Amino acid sequence: MPDVRLVNVTKRFGKIVAVDNVSLHIKDKEYFSILGPSGCGKTTLLRLIAGLIQPDEGEIYIGDRLVNDVPPEDRDIGFVFQTFALFPHMNAWENVTYGPRVKGFDMQKAERIGHEVLEMVRLHERLDAFPSELSGGMMQRVAVARALAAGAKLLLLDEPLGHLDAKVRNELRYEIRRMTKDLGLTAIHVTHDQSEAMAISDRIAVMKKGKVLQVGTPRELYMNPQSIFVANFIGGSNFLEGFIAETRGRMAVIEIRGGLRVQAINKGIGKGERVVLAVRPETFTIKKGKSTDENAMLGVVERMAFEGTNVRYEIRLENQDLVVVVTPSLACEWFNIGEKVTISFPPESAHLFVYPELGLREELAVE
Amino acid sequence: MPKKLVEKLDRLSSKPVVKYGVYLTAVILFFALILIPPILGIIIKWSFIQEVFGDSQLLSRALEAVKNSFVMAVMVSILDVVAGIPMAWLIARSRSRWINVLDTLADVPFIVPTAVLGYSLLLFWHKPGEISPIFSYSLVSPGWLLVALLHFTFSYPVVVRVIVGALLDYKIEYEQASRTLGAPPFTAARTVTFGIIKPSLIAAFILAFARSISETGATMMVAGAFENGPIFIQNTKDTYVGATVFVSLILIVVSCLIFAAVRILGGKIKLPVKGAWPTLERKVSYSSATFARDGITLLIFLAVVLIPSLFAALPAFEALPTDILSKALSSVYPWGEYWQSLILSYSLGAAVTILNVLIGLPMAIIVARKRLGKPSSALNVLVDIPIIVPSVALGVSLRFFWKETLAFIPDILLLVFAHLAITYPYFVRSMSAAIERISIELEEASRTLGAKPLGVFRTIIFPLTKYSMFSGAIMVFTRSVSETGATLAVTQLKTAPVVLVNWVKGKVVVTPLEIGLGCGFLILISFIILLALRLIVRGKGRY
Repeated sequence: MPDVRLVNVTKRFGKIVAVDNVSLHIKDKEYFSILGPSGCGKTTLLRLIAGLIQPDEGEIYIGDRLVNDVPPEDRDIGFVFQTFALFPHMNAWENVTYGPRVKGFDMQKAERIGHEVLEMVRLHERLDAFPSELSGGMMQRVAVARALAAGAKLLLLDEPLGHLDAKVRNELRYEIRRMTKDLGLTAIHVTHDQSEAMAISDRIAVMKKGKVLQVGTPRELYMNPQSIFVANFIGGSNFLEGFIAETRGRMAVIEIRGGLRVQAINKGIGKGERVVLAVRPETFTIKKGKSTDENAMLGVVERMAFEGTNVRYEIRLENQDLVVVVTPSLACEWFNIGEKVTISFPPESAHLFVYPELGLREELAVE
Repeated sequence: MPKKLVEKLDRLSSKPVVKYGVYLTAVILFFALILIPPILGIIIKWSFIQEVFGDSQLLSRALEAVKNSFVMAVMVSILDVVAGIPMAWLIARSRSRWINVLDTLADVPFIVPTAVLGYSLLLFWHKPGEISPIFSYSLVSPGWLLVALLHFTFSYPVVVRVIVGALLDYKIEYEQASRTLGAPPFTAARTVTFGIIKPSLIAAFILAFARSISETGATMMVAGAFENGPIFIQNTKDTYVGATVFVSLILIVVSCLIFAAVRILGGKIKLPVKGAWPTLERKVSYSSATFARDGITLLIFLAVVLIPSLFAALPAFEALPTDILSKALSSVYPWGEYWQSLILSYSLGAAVTILNVLIGLPMAIIVARKRLGKPSSALNVLVDIPIIVPSVALGVSLRFFWKETLAFIPDILLLVFAHLAITYPYFVRSMSAAIERISIELEEASRTLGAKPLGVFRTIIFPLTKYSMFSGAIMVFTRSVSETGATLAVTQLKTAPVVLVNWVKGKVVVTPLEIGLGCGFLILISFIILLALRLIVRGKGRY
């Protein structure tokens, strides 16, 4: 059973460093996601693991085997492409049994495998259909079935749900996870959709500009982001700029623009240092008028959007910062545009970071 | 163009009467000048066909010539595709910096006019001693084998170009998917890549087939006693009209039937994608096997295509220090006729190219965008017919038609019509394919932003297809300058290839050095014109 190890892997395309000294360990039977914005190097990383491109530096192991020089056909992998890459001149059955056939399995065995995987993806009734005759969801199922039929123990998925509409995407993501878990496969899933990664992954690696910023379970990444980028990319945050005015034990008092003071848990940042405070929209409480709650800030509702499950408010604070607040639509009071409100957040729910050297905008940039 | 005039034309183009007027004019001109005359030309002379059946010797000679044509075309086309695939693969997939050089060299036989190519191959394979005493061998005498070598050589660059284009357009992801499923590179190429680019392989086969069936001038130089359809027509067109009509008719009908069969059945031809031989295919996928494949590919290209194609240039160099060059430049006999023929060839090429752009462009839009509804699909098939009709047969039937219906028509116009008919599919195909590649949404976006139909063409279609338009124009120009068979059939006017064929055939007394220099000038001028056109195209940028 394969685990996958990447040791100091670097890949350059001309002057562009697509993957920059990445080290990762993906455990056997783990559902692992590589998450990041477009152009961050996540697909390049997956293609390096697949052997479709070769690393300039570093080592890639599948199981105990160093595979740097092993061609893709000998890596025992299944690869699901974003565009599915179903062979247009073959029908669903021929696509699915392609792997067993080219590997030289006898026809009986190839057919048995084909029937098993098509049963698994519930596509038996469309065996004769060509890719152009299948819906997006069906094509995706055939692509997964084809990868599974090749006998792979390591499934590599390159944005496999990217071309599907939202409803189908939501259904299929759980189905893919269920199948890989049932079959005891190791899966590496590349996506730019944080909700998709959070929903199906055992662990996630967040990438930016070729580097892995943080690896952890979805909960760890959400609750304890190690960087401003991760705090924003996973779940989203409001960022309040200021400096440490005081330190009180494990707490820090941060003075933000306009002289407003709020408290958050300090992680060893010294007094006077410039900081960024990340507060998730859903951690705010919002009340009419003034309030004496901890970390209370006065503001006016500038915009409001009903999103079904939640209501999203944009609050203009007295210091002119704009803060996004999200509240459950059924469980909370609603507020009107122009209404004066107080918002507050518990100090332990906010994350404090040293102000980035290149500025906040650059740190948050996704391209 | 003045802005006001452009605006006025833009406005006019949105009127249905004007729009459909342009399309209908293009369709009428296509039928009137290109499709109908060759067919009617044959019908007019139908009554003469009896003379063939009354002469059993002539009949068997005619049938033998037709059989030779088709056997040769099928054999050469298969060999061209088989030899062209590894070369195209090398060009499309190699990462070597030298591959651009190889890519350009592969086009060399394309720029050498076929009549010159014929002479060059004759020298290389049969009498290299005329170049220099150091070449004392004679490997192949004029006859069917030398014709096969010639046809292989002039079709080779076309086949390679078509397959390279297909491989570059092909989505490499399919091949990568195949590799991740366990297929070694050879298996991936055999089962997936060639299956997907099959239409291009068929197109390459058809182009090679059409060129082999229709080529006349160069074939005449190397055929010796061998006689195929075009040579038979050329030999009998002034003495046995019935035989000419008979062979032209068979060549046209059978070519069209083969063309239709390949089009219809081509999609159903299954490439060998089912079976797999993992151990064997793994062996031929890597290292020594691929090295050997590339080596053999390059060897065939150099020994059979490139060096024989350029061999005629050697006497041109030898002639330079002699007084032949000064005789040539001062137009002493026979050079006066030669220079006139060059001017005629290039003027004719330019005129035919311009006419193609004018009447071919609307047709390309009709075909690509189905502007006339269901008839557009029929036109899509019909525009290809002139490419499959042997040019000499087309020339003969055109002469019959125009001379019977409009006897006063000047020869030069007849020549323009013949070349227009032969080259028309090259331009329309090139442009329609380019337009099809552009998403219709771009046109729709332009319309929603306020552009009139002509404005859409000026601002969206043209900028995005100008590379293809220039490429199509280059193909038309080179094809016209090289054309010999139809020229000989329709008129007594002498274009450059006709003059060179006469020189080689001994109809004009000239020395081998003079022939070499004549070929050299033709290659040089063609090369300069093509280079200039390529530079213009490159300057315009690609999308």
